[in-house]
Amino acid sequence: MAIQITAHDRRRKVLSRLVEVACAGSVMLALAPLALVLYFVLSQGLPALSLAFFTNMPKPVGEPGGGMANAMIGTLILLGLAGALAVPVGIACAVYLAEYPKRRLAQAATFAADILNGVPSIVIGIFAYVIAVLPFRRFSALAGGFALGVMMIPIVVRTTEELLALVPPSLREGALALGATRGRATWSVILPAALPGIVTGVLVALARVAGETAPLLFTSFNNQFWSVRLDKPIASLTVQIFTYAIAPYEDWHRQAWAGASVLIGAMLVFSVLARTVTRRLERMHRP
Amino acid sequence: MSERPSRTAARGDLGFRLGTGAFAAFLCLLVIGIGVILADQSWLSIDKFGLGFWRGTTWDPVAGEFGAFPFIWGTLYSSLLALVISTPIALGIAVFLSELSPPVLKQPLIFLTELLAAVPSIVYGLWAIYALVPLVRRLEVLCPEWLRRVPLFSGPPLGVGMLAAGLVLAVMVIPFIASVAREILKAVPVTQREAAYALGATRWEAIRMALYYGRTGIMGAVMLGLGRALGETMAVTMVIGNNPQVSLSLFAPQYTMAAVIANEFTEAAGDLYRDALVEIGLVLFTITIVINILSQLLIWSVSDQRVPRRVVPKPKPALAA
Repeated sequence: MAIQITAHDRRRKVLSRLVEVACAGSVMLALAPLALVLYFVLSQGLPALSLAFFTNMPKPVGEPGGGMANAMIGTLILLGLAGALAVPVGIACAVYLAEYPKRRLAQAATFAADILNGVPSIVIGIFAYVIAVLPFRRFSALAGGFALGVMMIPIVVRTTEELLALVPPSLREGALALGATRGRATWSVILPAALPGIVTGVLVALARVAGETAPLLFTSFNNQFWSVRLDKPIASLTVQIFTYAIAPYEDWHRQAWAGASVLIGAMLVFSVLARTVTRRLERMHRP
Repeated sequence: MSERPSRTAARGDLGFRLGTGAFAAFLCLLVIGIGVILADQSWLSIDKFGLGFWRGTTWDPVAGEFGAFPFIWGTLYSSLLALVISTPIALGIAVFLSELSPPVLKQPLIFLTELLAAVPSIVYGLWAIYALVPLVRRLEVLCPEWLRRVPLFSGPPLGVGMLAAGLVLAVMVIPFIASVAREILKAVPVTQREAAYALGATRWEAIRMALYYGRTGIMGAVMLGLGRALGETMAVTMVIGNNPQVSLSLFAPQYTMAAVIANEFTEAAGDLYRDALVEIGLVLFTITIVINILSQLLIWSVSDQRVPRRVVPKPKPALAA
């Protein structure tokens, strides 16, 4: 009996093909905005970018040129503060989760990290405002760093935890068999083995919070002048871009684009770096 | 001779556990602390307006009248609009990457879609103001007269407004939905697909079965996208128009909860005004927590993957095991 291909079958085949094409189309549809954003930011930003942009202070309205030196140093200071909070807390949490995954507290902490990760950044901003701005009655770099740090903790916990899981259990077992305590095994064997990955994870977390604006609006606020004081309002790239973007001056828009191209450049570098390192680690630990 | 761990070693272990455990406990307290502090700081407003806060449609700080309904409306409208746009696209991406993609293209495409999540909100906002909004305005001008009579498309063509906000939000949540949906499809047993093919199914019919198998997880993925969209601040603030009105129109400038906090918090003169803004924050916090927990439960029911972070590196399964 020969197999009959009916019109119905042909319709099914055509439908299947159509869906496949639609799926491929949706990938392109999603990547189009990415390409557009990159194109716009780079084509508008790069021409405005010069050495002066990195070394000069913002100019008053009407004077062309000027840079964002204060905002860049401000962002770096904020990132330093955020890292000072999030890196120790995050790594210690992740070590606890990796060593005692079955405990109640570990499950609660995993859950807390997931929740904290989903809390909108603007809400973290209010929290940091109440904790670190209200009692001292002034906006400060410390408050901004605290807000970014809180956002960063769950990211560090998650990446570190995953990288610790990549370390072969035989390493830990070997250390324990030699009579090391768990603390010693973690400190001398497991953390060093996972270190390159953890460093990348921390850098990616820093890159991620470096792009945050909302939690800084009412913690570190903004500053048009050079300031590295931790107890004073401080400028940041993102808030500066926001201020410039919504202002009605052509010069400022150009500056905003230039600032955005710096942000995007940093983001691309970190993403590619992270991808390379995680891939290498994976290959290294593959049995 | 029986070897027992020395007392110092045992003590060291206990110290290690308590030491690292303290940080884990700190993390839990931090989350609880956020909720408690927001509730504490919004007390004036909760006390004065009660539930009426959420029904009131007048937001007039000068007169001391605070009704948050327009913001809730704007937040829900923009987020749902974003989901309507992004869900089919994100599912298409997930299907393509997990079932159809040529192996060479797969990793680079995954990387690129995840880059979408790494672009800072402020950069999306900047792009949206100067590239997307003019485009939307042109579209709105093209909108024919008879269509304008439909409430969905009424109002002057401003460019800024709900449509622009929904579009930019959609771009921002696509990578989250797509990445979780891909994990879900990966968790669907291969036997499901093999069975479908063995029965003579076409590719689409087999994919449909896989999607159906993972439907709860996919709902979870969409919910996760919703959680993201609800809390998104900067990009929306820059293009939604910031006008506290309740309108069905896609062209109308409106306002969201996150945007009103971002715009008005530093200028909030008076305790009641500030407390009202914090109360909006408290509700945003509560809603996103509930949504996130729900999405997590849905995803767990299909796959034991956890919800991906804001970061680029993907959760990697432990290879050594």
